Amino acid sequence: MSSRTNISCLQEAARVAIFGGTHGNEMSGITLVNMWIQNSAEIERNGLLIKPFISNPRAVEKCSRYIDTDLNRAFTPENLSAPDVEGLPYEVQRAKEINRMFGPKGSADAYDVIFDLHNTTSNMGSTLILESSTDLFNLQMVHYIKKAMAPHTCSVLLNEHPQLKYSTTRSVAKHPVGLEVGPQPQGVLRSNVFESMRTILKHALDFIELFNSGVTFPPCTVDVFRVQERMDYPRDTNGNITAMVHPHLQDCDWEPLNRGDPMFLTFDGRTVLYEGANTVYPTFINEAAYYEKQQAFMTTGREILAANAIRKACK
Amino acid sequence: TIREKAMALLFLPALARMAVCGGTHGNELSGVYVVQEMERQRKEKGEGVWPIPVTTVLSNPRAVKECRRYIDTDMNRCFSRDTLSSPITDSSPYEVRRAQELNNLLGLKGSTDAIDLICDLHNTTSNMGLTLILCTSSDWVTLHICKYLQTKITKVPVRVLVLDFPISDAYSLESVSKHGFTLEVGPQPHGVVRADIYIIMKEAVDLTIDWIHKFNSGTVFEGGDVETYMLIKSVDYPRDPETRTLTAAIHPQLQDKDFCLLKRGDPLFLSFSGETVNYEEEETLHPFFINEAAYYEKGIAFQLAKKMMLTIPAVRVQKD
Repeated sequence: MSSRTNISCLQEAARVAIFGGTHGNEMSGITLVNMWIQNSAEIERNGLLIKPFISNPRAVEKCSRYIDTDLNRAFTPENLSAPDVEGLPYEVQRAKEINRMFGPKGSADAYDVIFDLHNTTSNMGSTLILESSTDLFNLQMVHYIKKAMAPHTCSVLLNEHPQLKYSTTRSVAKHPVGLEVGPQPQGVLRSNVFESMRTILKHALDFIELFNSGVTFPPCTVDVFRVQERMDYPRDTNGNITAMVHPHLQDCDWEPLNRGDPMFLTFDGRTVLYEGANTVYPTFINEAAYYEKQQAFMTTGREILAANAIRKACK
Repeated sequence: TIREKAMALLFLPALARMAVCGGTHGNELSGVYVVQEMERQRKEKGEGVWPIPVTTVLSNPRAVKECRRYIDTDMNRCFSRDTLSSPITDSSPYEVRRAQELNNLLGLKGSTDAIDLICDLHNTTSNMGLTLILCTSSDWVTLHICKYLQTKITKVPVRVLVLDFPISDAYSLESVSKHGFTLEVGPQPHGVVRADIYIIMKEAVDLTIDWIHKFNSGTVFEGGDVETYMLIKSVDYPRDPETRTLTAAIHPQLQDKDFCLLKRGDPLFLSFSGETVNYEEEETLHPFFINEAAYYEKGIAFQLAKKMMLTIPAVRVQKD
């Protein structure tokens, strides 16, 4: 619904969840959520129900990414509709439970917003991950967060790729937002990374509170990096990697990669160059969890997304 | 004088064979790939690829396969005499079995059949550059190797850390051989192989082989002083007294500052509620293993060392 001045009226965001521990060894989110479960004062906002929640408690207990299977890939229609039988992988059971508590995914009863807190071993800084280029609420929110965080940079990653998009824990909500902060090793809590994530969430909740109070957010544009391709390591016939991310590419998330630039360095010292025709912006460079997913890095393209003005719908 | 004695030339037996061990912790990947690459080179070029006999070992293959530190128990604590001689039953931890296998392969620990040198490859999430870890401060061979590496490697700081265990208490893999040390390189997240870190580790292994070859060939290695850091104690995170969960993180001013000078009043931790916890002791010490992922479960936020100068004699191989 839009008026003459093109303001999109959107439903109030009444129920918000903050998920930590979707991966049990990504410590910022786990620490923040546990802290807020004990004392929620910092995350309370007028008129908002905010639920901090540990999504994969068994993995958190073990300080491992997952028990049986990656929870953050488990929210597929097949899994969510799987019958309650014995022998279901732990994360599939958990996905169904989370879908019951915070969904059902795709329905009017689902939570309005879920923030899913992640860390990466990649040098991605503070990154917000979106799954849709047309979710105005999310676009306006990330715009607000970026402005509030400045001069600290917040990159926006858009994964709308039909094959590479995956069924995330947060996808249960109407407005899913991923928070990815790195670099941080798995199992480690770095103070600066922890505080960055805490600050991002503070701004996000401020935005939601403002939105719910009736503030109109003017039209805006958001610079995003749109996921294009997954690049694997060179491997031998046994599946073992035969090269590492090249030192010139290592830690250069979000920087342009051009044809002829070094990409990999083999263990015996040979350089493998990037042969793609177009300039790409790599991200998730050398993420520990992605070796088993056959991914050395992801390529993205830069894009500017436009968002209408938004305001909470009346009545 | 003691100093003159120390400066005299010492004749030591040749080192017939060395072992390079990777993957003692299955998610510390530089060593895994250094060993993989060395085995590939041996296949391609034959046994003569190195100037001395080298045994390459993937210490904990199951943990490597799963990219985990260990399966049942930390393998680098399984090489005490008691554990090595304990009877194996169905319920024995995987690492205990494997440790006994490695003792048969590279030992027996304490015997004359034990391999001459073990170089055990490790990574740390701490910003420790290249740290050479010795269990003893009185092995001239390993101290000379350290001195050699310090001279030859200039890209990163090369430090020597001495744990100074009584030999009878040593429980790590490198205590199996006659001479042993750990090559610890960081910072690197577990489960990741960084090219810059790999290159440092490979260079350190190649230089170690180089030293042994030169030593065995009759080179005199001059004595002198080696600056080392001696482990004094460990410090845990501030924790909630009931739940034992962390209430603070390593302070941003201490994070990544391994081997700096820690003085009274310097910040150690920043609590989640914003308070700074400072170092309150009189003695100036050097922190290391600051924020190592694997040490959270051991109750260690960082360890503290005292700088110690060791004087080593000149050495030369003893001829038959």
